[in-house]
Amino acid sequence: MSEILVLVEHTDGDVKKVTLELLTKARALGAPSAVFIGSGFEKAKDKLAEYGAAKVYVAESAELTGYVVAPKAELLAKLVTDHEPAAVLVAATAEGKEVAGRLAVKTSSGVLTDAVDLNLVDGAFVAEQSIFGGSSIVHSAVTAGTPIIAMRPNATPPAPEAAAAERVDVEVTLTEAAKLARVVEKVVVPKGDRPELTEAAIVVSGGRGVGSAEKFSVIEALADQLGAAVGASRAAVDSGWYPHQSQVGQTGKTVSPQLYVACGISGAIQHRAGMQTSKTIVAVNKDAEAPIFELVDYGVVGDLFAVVPQATEEIAKRK
Amino acid sequence: MKIVVLVKQVPDTAADKRLDPDTLAVDRGAVDGLINEMDEFAIEEALQLVEKHGGEVTVVSMGPEDANDAYKKALQMGADKAVFLTDPALAGSDALATSLALAKVLGTLEYDLVILGSEASDARTSLVPALLAERLGLPQLSFASKVEIEGAAIKINRLTDYGHDVVEAALPAVVSVVEKINEPRYPSFKGIMAAKKKPVDTLDAAGVGIDAAEVGWAGSRTKVLDATVAPPRAKGTIVSDEGNGGVELVEFLASKKFV
Repeated sequence: MSEILVLVEHTDGDVKKVTLELLTKARALGAPSAVFIGSGFEKAKDKLAEYGAAKVYVAESAELTGYVVAPKAELLAKLVTDHEPAAVLVAATAEGKEVAGRLAVKTSSGVLTDAVDLNLVDGAFVAEQSIFGGSSIVHSAVTAGTPIIAMRPNATPPAPEAAAAERVDVEVTLTEAAKLARVVEKVVVPKGDRPELTEAAIVVSGGRGVGSAEKFSVIEALADQLGAAVGASRAAVDSGWYPHQSQVGQTGKTVSPQLYVACGISGAIQHRAGMQTSKTIVAVNKDAEAPIFELVDYGVVGDLFAVVPQATEEIAKRK
Repeated sequence: MKIVVLVKQVPDTAADKRLDPDTLAVDRGAVDGLINEMDEFAIEEALQLVEKHGGEVTVVSMGPEDANDAYKKALQMGADKAVFLTDPALAGSDALATSLALAKVLGTLEYDLVILGSEASDARTSLVPALLAERLGLPQLSFASKVEIEGAAIKINRLTDYGHDVVEAALPAVVSVVEKINEPRYPSFKGIMAAKKKPVDTLDAAGVGIDAAEVGWAGSRTKVLDATVAPPRAKGTIVSDEGNGGVELVEFLASKKFV
């Protein structure tokens, strides 16, 4: 079986769900080796083993995470040169895609981003991409070098299959070129216990109709009853009601959860571009003509401040 | 300081975009083109930096011969001059090939800073800023929501999933901006008139030393194999809230096993 490198996304060893999805996908296409960069491997090891990483290349040097993106690409390039894997999979997050791009330049390879599926067709890796906000589906292949594929979160249901997760330490001497953009401070916005927006199975979003930052508590209450992440339309973010990290749509995040609940969101094309591929879509909006209703499986025309709290209460009652 | 702003002409987001069935590339002839929205924030940031520190702004664009709305908009907003790279050999370039061509153009210019939008609304790969930094051997300062320059040092806030990183580097650097960074100005009547007289340097691939085999369909390292229009979503159920809308919504969610 040919080796497939999977770049692990984690926070101090807390492995993100998308990595488990990538390992699951890689197992179907070859033999996955995880690449763990940064601190916290001991914490991550069991999860990586559980989801089938036969081997884990570990690079714990603090230098690798003290600069923007470039060191990670340099480390991966070394692994690609040394081990000649059949493909490299990364998560299609902002940083994952940048690592993929720089790696592609370093190794003269092709890179495909935002894949929602990946298959081997006659020995070639063929990625499925959902483009133009989900209105078209394309299949693409890498035609030179090592295929580098950035896959969207929620593209593959993660399934465990135990493997050894054998630790292989990797040393890399960074070039000066990798150390040009120095991270001097990390500022973390507390997000509580809610799941990560792009990884969540359910997303509850609020838009212009919410009206103020304070009233987002109505959206958060429903999200918490459903175990959901909270999203926001650009109108709500631009008004300063919710942080930019939560923005769904063009110039924000693309999400593809099992369930998307749009509250007070009209459904402008910029928003739709970020949520149209959600499996089930429901909306609450007082305007019966709002374009969001063209997308929904179920829609309620009404005041969100009546409908959403009632729904929140009803779910609590049923638990 | 000398700032280069990269802009891209894209199909109107509101239009029904599609792929050309023959080339499997974005059908740019089918819909109106306009400047990529995020690029207006890049231009604005460059103009503000020059207003504060002095210098000039050169706008660089690449595209088909008639794709001149994007750099014209930049000139109207206040950029000093434009460089437009256009060549049939560039058609079909993927992100890697595009970054190679842009790096070649930048190689012919003097600059302290390259600023671009962090995402184009058509392909939305967000790759080009990182690719350019890699190719040019410059600091990658992407997803900037704030830019500060002091002498030869630059500091940005880089938006991340958890908040932001404060990142420092020495100039020259590549900066990509998010749309929270500023409020782009509207071109004034004076600006629109003045733009007509600003210099536009139109270049072809050979003129900046691009090997045609490295760009376009030939030079791209990816290939679109097929494209289909996604089936439309089935029509859903829409109800009016008569006082019980929240409960009915939960009934629906329960029927789908979300509750």
